[in-house]
Amino acid sequence: MHDVRTEPAPSASQAPTTPEVHYINATHGAMSWFFTKDHKRIALLYLYAVSAFFLVGGIFAMLIRLELATPRGDLLTAETYNKVFTAHGVVMVFFFLIPVVPTILGNFLVPIMIGAKDLAFPRLNLASWYVYMAGGLFGVAALVSGGVDTGWTFYTPYSTAASNTHVVLTGLGAFIAGFSSIFTGINFIVTIHTMRAPGMTWDRLPLFIWSHYAASLIMILGTPVVAVTLLMVVLERTLGLGFFNPALGGDPVLYQHLFWFYSHPAVYIMVLPAMGVISELVSAFSRKPVFGYKMVAIASLGIALVGFLVWGHHMFTTSQSVLAAMVFSILSFLVAIPSAIKVFNWTATLYRGSVELASPMLYALGFIGLFTIGGLTGLFLAAIGLDIHVHDTYFVVAHFHYVMVGGTVTAYLGGLHFWWPKMTGKLYSEGWAKVAAVLVFVGFNLTFFPQFVLGYLGMPRRYHAYPVEELSWQVLNILSSAGASILGIGFLLPAFYLTYSALKGQPAGPNPWGAYGLEWETTSPPPTANFEVTPIVTKPAYYYAPEEH
Amino acid sequence: MSHSSAHAAHHPALQHHFDTLEQQQNASTLGMWMFLVTEVLFFGGFFMAYILYRWMYNASFHEASHELNVWLGLFNTAVLIGSSLTMALAVRASKTGEKSALVFFLIATLVLGSIFLGVKVVEYSEKFTHHLVPGKHFAFHDANLKNGAEIYFSLYFGMTGLHATHMILGGFVLVPLIVMAMKGRFTPEWYTPIELFGLYWHFVDIVWIFLFPLLYLM
Ligand code: HEM
Ligand SMILES: [Cu+2]
Repeated sequence: MHDVRTEPAPSASQAPTTPEVHYINATHGAMSWFFTKDHKRIALLYLYAVSAFFLVGGIFAMLIRLELATPRGDLLTAETYNKVFTAHGVVMVFFFLIPVVPTILGNFLVPIMIGAKDLAFPRLNLASWYVYMAGGLFGVAALVSGGVDTGWTFYTPYSTAASNTHVVLTGLGAFIAGFSSIFTGINFIVTIHTMRAPGMTWDRLPLFIWSHYAASLIMILGTPVVAVTLLMVVLERTLGLGFFNPALGGDPVLYQHLFWFYSHPAVYIMVLPAMGVISELVSAFSRKPVFGYKMVAIASLGIALVGFLVWGHHMFTTSQSVLAAMVFSILSFLVAIPSAIKVFNWTATLYRGSVELASPMLYALGFIGLFTIGGLTGLFLAAIGLDIHVHDTYFVVAHFHYVMVGGTVTAYLGGLHFWWPKMTGKLYSEGWAKVAAVLVFVGFNLTFFPQFVLGYLGMPRRYHAYPVEELSWQVLNILSSAGASILGIGFLLPAFYLTYSALKGQPAGPNPWGAYGLEWETTSPPPTANFEVTPIVTKPAYYYAPEEH
Repeated sequence: MSHSSAHAAHHPALQHHFDTLEQQQNASTLGMWMFLVTEVLFFGGFFMAYILYRWMYNASFHEASHELNVWLGLFNTAVLIGSSLTMALAVRASKTGEKSALVFFLIATLVLGSIFLGVKVVEYSEKFTHHLVPGKHFAFHDANLKNGAEIYFSLYFGMTGLHATHMILGGFVLVPLIVMAMKGRFTPEWYTPIELFGLYWHFVDIVWIFLFPLLYLM
């Protein structure tokens, strides 16, 4: 149906050059970075900060895996272990997964992709970085002063009435980071509504923009609820108010409702922007428009909206009524539909495309595979009977890592590689990038696939030791720990060759991939105002097959 | 792909990344509305908790609400509605460019807001002397209703405290607005900050319009 344009796009054949003045060298000095209002520089500030948190979270992950490599609790005490998996969860969720794609890739690309000079509120954008850092400081303060042992979910009444660790500091950290997310969401929505270049109509928006729009809706509708919930926990611990403490007549299950009302949709804050990245990658490296553009755009909104109605599937084992459980179960199955639409449409895009297996595309293919497994196992969990069997076992751990790491992290890495030449103006070593992509895929599956089996066999999560007699558990855990080491190397490699490329790489030219989209029409790196002159858009998104339109 | 450069008439308040004042104005207004949506949901958590506990502890809530001073609450409601009115008049004055009226109405809003907060302080200290603050010293005349009453007062302090925090923050924003108004920064062409602050202030008032009956009257 689609004819494929096989000859390289015109701009790719031009000799690569780097403009004399661009956003990186337009002004100098540390202050010009720390007080910048340029969305591209803020994206880089986020890149450093979020990467640092990823490293911290990763170190805790390795501690977890080291402990579980042997059945006995010989490396960490039970208390320390609790603090380690809490730190891992808090850092990874609130300071890495939620911000990573929107604040780095989104910040850099949303204005450029719609032909705007900046986000609508540049000062708010900068403020949101400082707010994020402040939240992070609270989190780090909690860590160095002894840590927290409640799990990243802060379940009451343990967190409010029993735990004697730093719940307040950590809770405030997450609370503050939440505002950063709200600011980013508001900024994206307003920018997309009011700052599109002439001709950039809603049906010409890249799917990256649609998915950020949908994710921003969740950010502004969900985050305030978790913020006030954490605030209540803090008030309860500091002032003795009794919202969730059964000893004072409070109801801990209310906490779970409020918490999951945000935290289930939060998964889509992580995954929707990631899906947007995948749409761009799949299209660019198959040289075809995304199959069913409209369906994919609508599916993003569908996921955002239905995602708000399924939080109860985290509570099948609470006092929730059977009727409520059934409704939540059925609704959870429904969310699978828009997600599946996307997966099918990406696959259809690949079909008969001239697929090029460049490094970003390897990540994208990895994403499709891993996310599909994560999504399908989510259906197992949405079935009440099965969930009761695997509730709080390693099956759940494997499921959410497939969705969040297999989904968000691979898409992020794919997007970072895809747009790296745009952000830095430099080319990286494609060979090393492919090695890293393969290591991540192999390491990932070796780490987390055994955990599905472990969970099915009954190994509970959040334990620092397991019975020596269960030989199969030990074998599976060793596999998982070995996989984690490979995965760790896969994550570290890009840090080296990307940094090297930024310093020593060849100039990339405006459009090294021969891709289509406004961001490829400006220089690499772009000028401070993104475009020398405001572009006027006359063609639909993904104009890879001009014959057809 | 063709290009054009849009150069609109330049106003000192027009930021470099917008093409026209109108576009800038649309963006700010939309942003404010989005922010207010997040505020609704922020308070929504408390309202959700209120609904649930009201249903669980109806008798306690009924009894505990008698401990509040309806007259002070009513007085404060009137004060707040008055401040909404002065704020609306301030927005109008900014649109018509009546500088002294604008300054006057902004100051009036600030004064009324401060009266509201002053009354709140009186009310809070009453709760302290009557041992109605949740925690170790909480005491309630009917032991059977004590648990529910304690939750009620947790909600009372949580919700009115959050509301008062919003008032205080509003006061901090009002002061620079008053200074800017005195300096004549706002003109019929550009009065966005006044208009947006008006939205915020009305929102805070509306929250109180819900809090008052839920906490004092029911
Ligand atoms: C790459 C990004 C990663 C993210 C975003 C992530 C996220 C999470 C989250 C949110 C939790 C829940 C913590 C809790 O239950 O309190 C968790 C737990 C865990 N993670 Fe990760 N993780 C990542 C990587 C890894 C890696 C590489 C490993 C293995 C080396 C790992 C192993 C674990 C383990 C064993 C748990 C404990 C599960 C539990 O007991 O609840 N994670 N992770
Ligand atoms: Cu969920």
